[in-house]
Amino acid sequence: MLEAPADRKGFYQILTRKIGILILVVSFIPLVLTAGILCYRFHKAYSEKVRAHISELVLKHTQNIDAFLLEKLGNIRYLARQFSAGSRASADSFLASRLAELKDEYGDVFTDLGLVDESGAQFAYQGPFRLENADYSRATWFLKSKESPFYISDVFAGLRGHPHFIVAVKVASQGQTYILRSTINFTAFNSLVENIQIGKTGVAFIVNAQGEFQTHARPGTRIHITPSMVDREIFRDKSTVIIKKPDTLGNPYIYGISLFKNIDWRMVFCQDFNDALRDLWKAELLTLVVFILGCFAILFVSFTLPRNIVKLIAEADRKNEAMNRQVVESGKLATIGELAAGIAHEINNPVAIMVEEAGWMGDLLEDETQASTGTVKEFNRAIEQIKTQGRRCKDITHKLLSFARKSDATVADIRINDTIREIVSLTAQMAKYNNIAIQTTLMPELPYIRFSPAELQQVILNLINNAIDAMGKEGGTIHIHTRISPGDSRYILIDFQDNGPGIPGHYLDRIFDPFFTTKAVGKGTGLGLSICYGIIRKMGGKIEVESRVGQGTRFYIHLPVDPDNTEIKPLNNEGDRS
Amino acid sequence: MKTLFVDDEKAFLEILTKRLEKRGLSPSAVYGGEEALNFLAENTKTDVVVLDVKMPGMDGLETLTEIKRQFPLVEVIMLTGHATVDSAIEGMKLGAFDYMMKPCDLDLLIEKLEGAAARKKDHEDKIMEARLKEIAGHRV
Repeated sequence: MLEAPADRKGFYQILTRKIGILILVVSFIPLVLTAGILCYRFHKAYSEKVRAHISELVLKHTQNIDAFLLEKLGNIRYLARQFSAGSRASADSFLASRLAELKDEYGDVFTDLGLVDESGAQFAYQGPFRLENADYSRATWFLKSKESPFYISDVFAGLRGHPHFIVAVKVASQGQTYILRSTINFTAFNSLVENIQIGKTGVAFIVNAQGEFQTHARPGTRIHITPSMVDREIFRDKSTVIIKKPDTLGNPYIYGISLFKNIDWRMVFCQDFNDALRDLWKAELLTLVVFILGCFAILFVSFTLPRNIVKLIAEADRKNEAMNRQVVESGKLATIGELAAGIAHEINNPVAIMVEEAGWMGDLLEDETQASTGTVKEFNRAIEQIKTQGRRCKDITHKLLSFARKSDATVADIRINDTIREIVSLTAQMAKYNNIAIQTTLMPELPYIRFSPAELQQVILNLINNAIDAMGKEGGTIHIHTRISPGDSRYILIDFQDNGPGIPGHYLDRIFDPFFTTKAVGKGTGLGLSICYGIIRKMGGKIEVESRVGQGTRFYIHLPVDPDNTEIKPLNNEGDRS
Repeated sequence: MKTLFVDDEKAFLEILTKRLEKRGLSPSAVYGGEEALNFLAENTKTDVVVLDVKMPGMDGLETLTEIKRQFPLVEVIMLTGHATVDSAIEGMKLGAFDYMMKPCDLDLLIEKLEGAAARKKDHEDKIMEARLKEIAGHRV
């Protein structure tokens, strides 16, 4: 197989690059678009879902706590209605019995109960602290609860020194105004909120209007709530708002904030933004991995596939080129044949005349008596030479004409073995004279072939003559072997093997070219093998040569079996040797 | 032996004539098929015609056919310049005595001419004999 010429190589490189780029473009663009759009959409949808989930959560807990506070307020208000003014002792016993009932009913929610008079002094008290006669006249909750029928205070340390908040209800009895207050167990209240936990960082707490914590924030939390975040204004008509804000270290946090109905507090749920979207990130990471693997696959394909495709194309091109060369070769052969025939026709007559003229000169010379014998001799020699060379010309033109002639191409069903036997017997005498033995191994029962008998004879004769010429006087053996082609049963294979000097490698390509000869000038026209080649190709066959210098030459001829006459006839003398 | 050579190559015919004359023959030469037929019509004693196959105008085979039609006893030797053995074979089928390739060996040519002439004479003798027999038969 020949290497592709340089310009073809360039073309193949460009083709490889183009196919590669095309594959990259048509694969990458949809992949990137699909992955991008899907990721974006999914991200958006998932974020919305997370927000909705947080809103929902915050709202639900807000309602729960609202209900809790409302219930506690209701309890105290109920107590307040039952209360009637009396002595401190009767008030104390009232508070004691009610506190016991409340503890029975609600557990440890209510820490104590107290009754404060208009001046802010604790008139009666029941609870774990010793707060009788405590003065609340300057306490914020006291001032506020005087202005409205009931009040729930912010969380504060107060007199007892640890955080709590107070539910206060105004009571009017016998012209006197009292305030019934109860401290709500901060731990119980706190657990309502503290139990809300989502993910690693999701926490919930309650802040007042100033953003101060009303419940315990988880220790170590870096969340800082500014009043602007919990300003009533930002809620407008909505019950919850979602805010995204970085914490003190700059990590983005998502906040879900909701207003309470009964108190000016806000429920806040906050979570690290990345934590909230952790599942999303997981999905996106997976997508990214698949995407990158896909990219590698595309890159790999876009590098290897074009190479393979172009390799196939190059292969096809080479085959095509080889075929073209063959077509050109046979065309050349035909053209040369016609040209040769034309020249031969034209040259033959002048040569004939020249030979005749030389003959005439010879005739005349015989009568010449005046000339010296030496001159006559020399003339005779010259004339003889002209005749010899004329005959050479004649031989050449005749061979050329037989090369070109289209005659005798009428095909018939032939048994190849018969033809070979015939030619072998014709050449046996000449072979013997050259100390050459011709052996045949003829496979019996070979199918018929359709071939021109005269042309087949010419081919066989040519090959035998070539072998005889090649081996020269030293002698040798020619072996002719016929059989069904081992590779393809539609062909008969004939091989001619001699043990002559062989053909040097650099001649092998050219031996079927017209006028190519290695014989001495005047000994061969160089047409024999090209005639054989032409005939065999024309009949749909194939001729190949194999030669080793010093070992001999082997010609293989593949001839197609007659497809209409595949009947196999046995031969009389099978596998004979002559 | 009267011979007629037909070839469009004048130079060839001239030299061939000369050489044959030197060998004691007296060949006539014409340069085309038509002329050959005219010549034969005028010279009825002609024994052998040597006819080139490839000629302009009436070619060798046509001339041969015509000769055999008009002068069946005249023997014809085909002279072919090219190796188309076919046309030579075709000529023999049409009744030619033999064929030769150009350039031809002079002695071989003379040999063939004599052979052809002999056959013609043989034919003529047989015809004569037959006629004699016929005449004799009538007499009887």
